[in-house]
Formats: sequence, structure tokens, C-alpha cells
Amino acid sequence: MEQLPPPQATARLQPLAAARLGAKTLLLTLNLDRIAWQPCNPAVGGPAKSQLVHEVDALGGEIGKIADRCYLQKRVLNASKGPAVWALRAQTDKLEYAATMRRVLEETPNLYIREGMVTSVEVDSNDEVCGVRTFFGITFACKAAVLTTGTFMNGQAAVLTTGTFMNGQIWVGRQSMAAGRAGEAPSTGLTERLVELGFETDRLKTGTPARVDKRTVDFSGLEEQPGDDDVRWFSFDPAVHRPRQQLSCYLTHTTAETHRILRENLHETPVYGGWVDAKGPRYCPSIEDKIVRFADKESHQIFLEPEGRSTPELYVQGFSTGLPERLQLALLHSLPGLESCKMLRPAYAVEYDYLPAHQCYASLETKRVKGLFFSGQLNGTTGYEEAAAQGLVAGLNAARRAAGQEPVVLPRESSYIGTLMDDLVTKDLREPYRMLTSRSEYRLVLRSDNADRRLTPFGRQLGLVDDRRWQLYQDKQERIDAERARLEAIRVQPDHPLAVAAEAVSGQKVPAAASLADLLRRPHVHYPLLQRHGLGAPTLDFSAGSEGVPVGSSSSNGEAAADAAATTAAAPSAGSGGGEQPPAGEQQQAQVLQQGAQPQAAQPLATAEQEAVEIDIKYEGFIRRQAKQLQSVAAKHARRLPDDLDYRSIQTLSMEAREKLSKIRPRDIGQASRIGGVNPADISNLLVYLETRRRTSAAAGDSSAAQQAQRQLSRKAQRKAMVAAAMGEAQVSGSERGSDAEAAAAEEAAEAVAAA
Amino acid sequence: MPRGDLNALFPEDSSSSDEDEFGERGPSDKDTIVAIVSGAQQGAVSIIRLSGELAVHIAMMVFRPAGTEKLSSKEKADWWPESHRVYYGHAVDLMGDVMDEVLLMAMLKPRSYTAEDVVEIHTHGGGISAQRVLERLMEIGARLARPGEFTMRAFLNGRLDLSQAESVAQLIDARTVAAADSALAGLQGGLGREITAMRQECVDLLVELDARLDFDEDLPPLDVPALVERINQLTQRLEAALATGRQGQLLRTGLQVALVGRPNVGKSSLLNALSGTERAIVTDIAGTTRDIVEAGIVIGGIPITLLDTAGMRESVDLVEQIGVERSLAAAKQADIAVMVVDAEAGWTPADDDIFQQMFGSSSSSSSSSSAAGSDSDSGLGGGWGSGDGGAAASSKRGAAPALLVLNKSDLAAKQRQQQTDGKKAQTGSKKAAGAGRGKKAGKAAAAADATAADTAVAAAAAAAGVPPAAAARFAAVVETSATKRQGMDSLQDAVLQLADAPELARGGVAFAVNERQSEALINAREALQRLQLSIAAELPLDFWSIDLREAVLSLGEYDVRYLSDETALLLGSAVVGAYALQHLMAPHSAYETYWAPSQPYSAATTQYNGLGALSMAATTASVARLPGNRTAKKMLLKVTGASWLVFGLADLYYSRTGVNNNGGISAAINVSLGSYFLFKGFQPVADGKKSG
Repeated sequence: MEQLPPPQATARLQPLAAARLGAKTLLLTLNLDRIAWQPCNPAVGGPAKSQLVHEVDALGGEIGKIADRCYLQKRVLNASKGPAVWALRAQTDKLEYAATMRRVLEETPNLYIREGMVTSVEVDSNDEVCGVRTFFGITFACKAAVLTTGTFMNGQAAVLTTGTFMNGQIWVGRQSMAAGRAGEAPSTGLTERLVELGFETDRLKTGTPARVDKRTVDFSGLEEQPGDDDVRWFSFDPAVHRPRQQLSCYLTHTTAETHRILRENLHETPVYGGWVDAKGPRYCPSIEDKIVRFADKESHQIFLEPEGRSTPELYVQGFSTGLPERLQLALLHSLPGLESCKMLRPAYAVEYDYLPAHQCYASLETKRVKGLFFSGQLNGTTGYEEAAAQGLVAGLNAARRAAGQEPVVLPRESSYIGTLMDDLVTKDLREPYRMLTSRSEYRLVLRSDNADRRLTPFGRQLGLVDDRRWQLYQDKQERIDAERARLEAIRVQPDHPLAVAAEAVSGQKVPAAASLADLLRRPHVHYPLLQRHGLGAPTLDFSAGSEGVPVGSSSSNGEAAADAAATTAAAPSAGSGGGEQPPAGEQQQAQVLQQGAQPQAAQPLATAEQEAVEIDIKYEGFIRRQAKQLQSVAAKHARRLPDDLDYRSIQTLSMEAREKLSKIRPRDIGQASRIGGVNPADISNLLVYLETRRRTSAAAGDSSAAQQAQRQLSRKAQRKAMVAAAMGEAQVSGSERGSDAEAAAAEEAAEAVAAA
Repeated sequence: MPRGDLNALFPEDSSSSDEDEFGERGPSDKDTIVAIVSGAQQGAVSIIRLSGELAVHIAMMVFRPAGTEKLSSKEKADWWPESHRVYYGHAVDLMGDVMDEVLLMAMLKPRSYTAEDVVEIHTHGGGISAQRVLERLMEIGARLARPGEFTMRAFLNGRLDLSQAESVAQLIDARTVAAADSALAGLQGGLGREITAMRQECVDLLVELDARLDFDEDLPPLDVPALVERINQLTQRLEAALATGRQGQLLRTGLQVALVGRPNVGKSSLLNALSGTERAIVTDIAGTTRDIVEAGIVIGGIPITLLDTAGMRESVDLVEQIGVERSLAAAKQADIAVMVVDAEAGWTPADDDIFQQMFGSSSSSSSSSSAAGSDSDSGLGGGWGSGDGGAAASSKRGAAPALLVLNKSDLAAKQRQQQTDGKKAQTGSKKAAGAGRGKKAGKAAAAADATAADTAVAAAAAAAGVPPAAAARFAAVVETSATKRQGMDSLQDAVLQLADAPELARGGVAFAVNERQSEALINAREALQRLQLSIAAELPLDFWSIDLREAVLSLGEYDVRYLSDETALLLGSAVVGAYALQHLMAPHSAYETYWAPSQPYSAATTQYNGLGALSMAATTASVARLPGNRTAKKMLLKVTGASWLVFGLADLYYSRTGVNNNGGISAAINVSLGSYFLFKGFQPVADGKKSG
């Protein structure tokens, strides 16, 4: 049963299928050397963002794998809270990260990379995008391929992912220069062209702190923050699960002196001085913002985080500022441990053009120009993860458009990606949007550990998941299901040492013949307890060096493996986008799985899989309730709103609702209900209006309405399938539908570039 | 049954098109509809209402205003009614012959019941006139309105929301003043406010929890005891709102109370005494009542149907035997069974037989049935039942709650006096049994205490030899003397107590939740209970939010916008955007309404807005009596004005709370019109047209 496909077929991308689809993709970027550059904190993940990374990975995206391959340190945040909010965060090596991602792009068939600055989007008479034009006068027609900060497909699709570059302006104190980020020229001319096309644009602002030389920092008095011993992974692909040596972060804090300097010089900062009024992200506030907002707080935590193995640069997290450079060093010197540090790069703020995303559908295609997609910071988000998620969606839909297929929208209830898309196109965002755990209503269902169960079948349908990953996925689900069944089946007597131990930790009496699952449902009883008593499954460790060999605990040769991985990462053979999985490893793995297939015996399970099983059992009731909520809300909200609805003519709606609905033009009742200014009474009246309309058109026997209804039905079915998948009930046929994966992946990559 | 009411409101299936009846085209919401809205009763006046685009045109083809006979045909053709003004004239048939003398009033959109053009024609009562005019109107092109269609249109046109539409139906169906008051309160939105407030509290709590997921470090630590306290208070408010549901149900559907017992214990006398009539024939002959005799009474605002049943005994008389069987069946389906025992004769074996037949043999059923009586869940879920729902509920419950009446107490007292004190000890032990029972029966025990606190009554129960097992089955024991009309108040109180509606007895009714709403409240309460468990089990915060969200969802459409004020979150002040959620469950129920299967014809035919009727009647009366007393007319107009003013203020309130988004406009019109009528006195009759 475990016959994995031969190595040739495991290549992530399938040139043949791609060629057949003809989704040739051009990536136009301002600077080839800055692909996947992390201009702010070189870190991936964190609360809510890690869910996005897991989800992008489950759909065949790249960000999780690159983060897993280039990490300097990994930690699980919120470990003391519930499983819905556990978050993996990786500090990455920014040089390695960019190099690795660039290599993936270079090795992706059908993806062409070219340096150039796009200054114009060419639109034909049908309001359809037909090409882009660069600064030096080259027009890349859409029929062939193209972009700067964007990608192009055969057919008519272009994706703009301009990051902070469009009319970028960086500020250090009162000094400013035109730049997309420090040391890089901005992109000019494109905004003007978009405005000409009728788009609404606005300005946003963000900032990055100073970098200091770690050799000049005295770490002796600082609290060390090492990585987790038990390293977790973003990617569901065990091929990238290679432990490496970790670097520590350090914790310092602001002092009274810091606050004094800031307070005395507030007028020197762009925002408080009043010469920049673009909105910055509230969730990533500058240090002066924190001082002003939390005036009663005497000290703020500041993290010192390494930026790479080959650079002495330290990122001073939580310390971004708009102060002039002359004051910045003094400010840094006020922090314990940094008293005599040398500054390598000053902190700066950047101001840029964005396009409020209500101008896009949830597929990220613009409503105004067909075939033009917006993605990333251009849509007003902040963060690499948000950008990657959008890149995936925009790339996927651009490729689908190129292939003449219907767009795909991830429903809000399906995923954090869906939540992100819905928020972006629904809310009137006037400040950078960051993903937060509380933005999702269904977080216990939309966990990190089940992102693949929710999305991989869908990704497979779309052609984003290749055979190898699909096989891995199915094997994993099989293991989890088998383990779950085993835990329900095996019972222990109250005098069994495990039962005694469970009683001790939970403080609850264990009834006679309790199943292992019953024990797991008790508070404070966790899977490792089962393992300690010989009733858990052995741990399956995919990491390099011990691949495929089940071991009782995490491997002890982590350092060697890490070193190996670190060196191979620099060499093109191991970590490239082509055949990532060494054939030998696959064969070994297959053997292990075959062993595990023997009846009754506990199959070896990876740590994350054990945890997933435990969560599913332990919180079953809650999960079921939330899934039910999700289902009922999704059902109610799935009702499509006709595209031709004239909201202004609906007398029963409030004026504000009419205005907002006309502007956003929501796709369904759910989206309409989430628009600010549209209250439930309006929704109720809207439903009544729709009903009246339906009755009228039904009486008139309107055949076009029937057709429309049919089309809506298919979308509804699609949505239903997504919701079902989100609830872990997905049953998806393994039909292979070719691959436009490169488009998505390239896009995602391009996105990471643009975000940078 | 509110679910039934809900469907009955708009009983037609939207997809059904009775093509035979309505011609080639199916009925549509654009049709002009017509119906006799004054009901089937034979009154002095019948009212025909037309609603729709062509309402005025159609009416004009039937109505010939008085005083226009001398006008030229062109002038006649130009004649057009002004809105909200009453005209006197004649209804004429195709040939121009007079069918009746009528009044006509046009209410042009949007200020009408349906928010469409509405014309009302008042004909003479008796049925024939109205029927002729109706037929003529239908010949011209109006379609006969389906049951509830006027209210349906009011709903579709945003004039009424669902709760209000439901309240209209309740108002029409109201059988007592208390029920009407309650429905009127619902029409005015008192309930929505309470639910909004509770939902808001849930949202506030949710924000507090959610904020901590992302901004734990920036916020003060969560005050768990305070949180738990807030949840407890919320649960109590939910309970209180739920209690109104049970009262509302009582007001709407009333109770069936069956009197059962041996022949000749005084059941019929009791019925007569309670209803103040001589409805049932009373003789000294056992077995006088051979079939079920009904009498309608009102206790504390609750409509009650008293059923006097045939005395239960083995009989050779076939007719009597059938009567006994039917009595038993009816008594078992009643909401409350009152077992009547002859106090003088005491508890006889025959009583015991009846007791067994009625209440089953198991004495353990007492606790469960008492619980059913005091548990609002089952009471609401099953309904107190009129019709099928109630019957089903009764059978589900097993047996109805019961009272024991010791009738002929005057005779028994005499007998008791003759007895020695020897039985005192026994009495004491019976009293203890009563106390034990009280604990089990919860609220019903209060009833027992209230009515049976008197030692004499308890003693009487004991003295009458009621076995403890049987006595425990009854929620209360009442001593009466039907012939002397003694103990009737105690019996009425006991019935009210058993119905869990002591508040009703005092006459205070604000609003009442219907079943649709109480289902939501119950779900919310259960969610909060689970939340309390999660907190107690020290589960992580994000689990708390699941059940809290469930409560929010139950109390109304979940609204993600509470997170939109992100600054507020970051700063820890859980300030939430304004919520104008007067009618929370409306989106949900709109779905339900439209997808619900069609329901049979109901009493909701004659939808009539109470306040509208009041003001219109006032206007009508004042104009109809034009040559009458000036002062009286002024008074009437003032009343009309006051009504409009109330309407206007209500509209203003609704527009402020977002219920009726056009409320601002109609509020302005109503308030100004109302003030004009109210303060400027008589002249405005001519200015009534301004209301259009």
C-alpha cells in the first residue's frame, strides 16, 4: 500500500502538466538580488500568522518550507493556552532565506524571472488586462508572459505585488528620501496609472527598528531565550524537517532614560511632529507610540534577535522609531546590555501607496480591471505570512483565469486564509492589517495541526498538491485515524500503572476499563504519559539522519543533522524546489510505514500527529460545538447576493447601509453582515427584499434568474465542500487535475519578495 | 405553538400558485388584494380592505361619493380621495345601481398598514352587502387576499418586523385583556430591548476574552470572579425572560382544567360555582352529567376552559359508560386535572380507582410530574397546550399536574367537629409528608403552602383519609364548598400557582417571549451553563469563548464587527461599537418563515393593527357625526392626535434604534400630525390630507 511514486514524479512541479495548461509565468522584480528579502524582522510565524503559514503549506505553498529550512531558532508561543492559539515562530537567517527562495524560483519550470520596473498596466477595450510596460519601454504582452513586482500568465492575468515600493518614501526623523526600503529605489508611475484606471489609492506607513552589531552587545546581564528543544515545523512535508543548531534571542527592556529621551523628542518623530499622517500598524507600534499609548507603563520588553548565521546584525524587536538618526544611538544606549553598542543600520519609517482591497473580489481579482490581481502589502496588509497567503490565492486564481477556469474563493469559515481574504475585501481598512487570533471566530476548528486535513484535499483538487505530498497526507491521516481507533479500543483497569498515574495528575477517579481515550480526556493527562507507560505509539522521527526510524524520544543527533542541513542548504542539491526528497529516504520511509501497517500494533506517529490525536480526543465536545456553529453560520451566510442588486433603491435599508453595500458589493449575506455600518436590521430587510424580488421573478418565470441560480448553486456546493473540509469531514477524490502550482508558488514567492 | 403562529402569519407557501383560482398568472406581491377584514362575526359594520398599487383605482370604480351627483362626468372622473380622510357615499355595481351606503377611507403609501396604498370601505354589516361589494371589487381586478397577506405585506415592505408581525397575530388572537396587553407590548418592541441588552452583555464578555488572546501583555489580568458573577447575572436575566414565555403562552393559549371524580361529589356544582353560571345541571342523582360540559372562565387574565366530566363509575348504562370513557380521555389531556373528592365521605376505594386510572399506579411519578410542572423548560417546550401541541406535550409528560379538591367541606367540618382529638397525632404525620412533598415539587410547593397552609386543610386531607402516596401526587389540596361558593379563591390561586403564573394574578404583564424566542433563550442559557463548567474546570481561555459565542449566536446573528474598533481593544477598554439590534433573530427567522411549509388557515385573517384601528375609529366617528357635539369631536380628534403622536414617537425610537430605517420620516410626519390634532383641535379635519 505504501508504494510511493518514483522519485521523478515527486518533483514539486510538473512541467508537463504546466506546459499543457500553458501557464507560463513571468516574475518581474525591481532587483533580482532582493527576492524574498526580509527587510523587517527576519521571522516567520507567531500568533495567527503561524496558522496562515501552515495553511499555505497545506495548499502546496512555499513559505513554511523555506522557514523550516532556514530557521535560526524556533519557539512555540502561547503554549500555556489552548491548542487553538498555540503558535510556532521561527527566527530565520535572512540571507539564506532569500537565497533559498530565489533558488526555488529559478528551478521552477515555466517560471521566468526578469529585473524591471513596471510603470504601466495595459488594459484593452474590454477592461481586461493585456500587458504591462516597464520603465525602459518594454511591453510584456499578456498573451505571452510578464511583470515588476508582479507575475504574468499565459492568457490574460497580471498580479501586482508592489509591497512598500509604490511611491515609497522613507523617513528618518525629518529627513526623507524616495525609496521602497532602505537602499532601494521606489517604483514610480504605477500608482498614477492605476488612478487613471479608476482605482482608489491611499497611503500607509510602517517602520523597522535599528540593527546593531552583536559583537558590541553585552549579553551577560540579559535573559537568554533559547529555542525549543522539541523543534516543531511549519511544513507538513517531512522532507524539510531537519533540525539545525539554534541561536538564542535575548531579552532587554526600556528604561526611564529611554522614556525620557523619547518624551523629550516626540516632536522630532514624523507622526508626532505631524509631517507624516499615513496610518501605521497599531499592532506593531513604534516605541514612541507605545510610550504615548501606555503612558503608565514604566518599561517595555525589547527582544534582541539574530538576523543570520553569517552576519553580526541583531534586530532590536519592539524598538522601531521615527526619531532622527542622531538620537537613535543614544536611545539604543539607554537599553541594558546595549550601553556601548554599535549601530549598523538606523531605524526608519516607510510610507507607501496601497489600494483599499474592497476594490478586489475575494479571489483578489480587481473588480474594475478583469485579469488584474492585487496582492500583499499593496492591499494594505502587513507581514510576510499575510502576503504569502494572498500570493497563493492571487497566483492560483490568476492561473485559473489563464486556463479559463472559474475563480476559487476560500470561504471565511474554511481557514485563516479565507478569514484574511474576507476581512480584506469587506472591511474598510485604513491601517495595515495584521492577522490576529481573535479575527477568526472558529479558531478551535481552524487549528495549525489540522490545516492539512482542512485544506490539502482542496489543494489536491486544484492541482496544487503533487502526488508525493498527497500520498504523505493520506498516510498521515491513516495513521491518525488508526491511532484514534486504537486509543478508543484499548482499555486499562484502574490498577494499571497508567490509570493510577492518570488519577494522580488529573485528580479524578478512573472508572473500570477506561479506554486510553477516556484517560486522555481527563485534565492534565497528555500523550507522553501514555508513552511512558508503554501504551503510546512510538515517535516517528522524520528528521535527517534518523529518517524513518521510529525512536522513543526526539533524536539526540540534532546538532549533526542541523549542521548537515546548514551546509546542504547552501548547496543546490538538497534544498531546491525540484526533487527535494532524496530517493533513499523515501524508500526507508516506505519500509517503516509497511511495518506499521501490521494489525493491532501501534503505528509510529510523529510528535505533531500524537498531539493532533490528543487534541481531537481531549476537546472533542468543544470542537463539535464549534463545528456546529460554523456550519450553521456558514449555511446562513452562504446565500449569494445578486451582482446586479441596486442597493440604493432598496428603501428599507438605512442610508449608510445602502452606501456601504453599494461600495463593497458583497458576494453573500455573510459578507454583507460583516460590513461596518450595515446592522442586523439592514440584513433582515435585505433578506426580505431578496425574497420579494425572488417571488416577483419567480412569478415572471425569468429563465435568466434560473440560470443564475444554477450558477450560484455550484458555488454554493463549492463552499459547502470547503466547510466540510474545515470540519474534518472532507472526502476528496484523488483526481489529478494538472498543475498550475507553479503560478501559485511563483506568486507566493513573488509575494514574499514584495512583502520584503 | 408560536411556531405554528409564525407560520400561520404568512400561511401561504410562496411557491404555490393556485392558478385555477387566480387566473393564468399565479398570485404575486404586486397584485392588489382585497378582503373583508372585520371578521366573520355579524356586526353592524363590515370593513373591506384593499391594498396594492391599484387599490384606489379599483375602489373608485365602485365608490360614488355623496354630493357628486350634480357634477359633470369629467369632474366625477377627476374626483380622488385624499389620504386619511373619510368619505361618505355609495357603492355601486356595474350598472351604477346602489349596492350599499358606505364610508370610504384611503390611506396612501407609505403611511398605511401595508405601506402600500390601502383603501377601506365600510359597508353595513350582515354579510350580504359586504359580500356584494367584495365580489364587485374582485370582478374589477382585485385578488382575494390570502390569510395573513396584509400583515405579510406590511412585513415585506418593512413596515413591521417579524416580532411585531407575530405580535399582531397574538393581538388578534388574544382572548383576554392581559393577553392583548402583552401582545401590544411585543408590538412595541419591549422584548427586543431586553434580548439586545443580554446579547450585548455576552458580546462585551466575548470581547474581554478575545482581547486577551492577542493582547494579553497589554491588558490587566482577567478578573475571573467578576466574570463569573457577570455570567451568573446574565443567566438570571435569561431565566427571567424565559419565565415570561411561559406566561405569554398561558395568555395566548390558556389552560384546560378538567374536573374529575366519583359521581355526585359536586363537580358540576364546582363548575357552576367557578364560572358563576348554572352551566351544568346539578341534581342529587349520581351520574347526572353524562358527557363533558365546558365553561370558559378567566382567572388572573388566563383564559381557562373548565371541563366538567361524567362521574367515573362502572355503569351498565351504555350512554353513561361512553361518557365516562370520553371524560377520562379528556381529563388525561387537560393541562390541569382537578380531582374532586367528597370530604364528607372521605377517600373511598372508588376514589382510589379513579386516582389509579388518572395518574397511574406508580407513586414515584409524583416527583417527575411535579418537576414537569415547575420546570420552565418542559413547560415551554411542550406548551400548556391548546390543540395538538398541548396534547402531545401532555402525553409526553405522562399525566398533567393535579390538584385535589375536598368538596362539601362544610359538611365535613361538621362531621369533624363531632370527632374527638384522637386523630391529632395522625394529622401531624400527614403534615410532615406534605412538607417533604413540598421540597420535591419546588414552586408547586409554594402553592401548597399558600393554599394548604391552613392546618385545617391539611388535616382535612388527612381526615378524609387520602393515602400519603396519593396525596403526594397532588400539588395542592383545596377545601371547597361548591354549593356555598366557599374556597373558590383558594382554588383559583392554586390553579394559577400550578400554572406557574402568580405574577399574572397580579395583572403585571410587560411582554412575553414566544416559542421561537424562548428556544433561543434556552440555547443561550445552556451555553452559559457550559461556560461555567469550563471556567470551573480551569480550561484555557479560548475554550470559554466557544460557549460564549454560542450564547451570542443564540441571542442573535453573530456580529464580527465588535472587533472593528481595534484601538479600543489594544487599549483594553472593551468599547464596542454601537449595536442597533432591536430585532436580533430576524435574519434567522426570515429564513425560517420563508422556507417553512405552508400551514392551514388560521385566525390570522383579520390582521388589524390595534393602535391604527383606534385612531382610525376616532377619526371615522368624529367625521361620521359631523353635525354632532363639537366638544365630543374635539375630544375624539385629540385621542386620534395622541395616537398618532404615540406612533410618531415609536417610529422615532425605531429609527434611532435602527429597526425602521424610514422611521425618521414617518416619525416626523406622525409627530407633527399628532401634535396638530392634539393641540390645534377641531380644524384639522380638513387638514387630514397632509398625512399623505
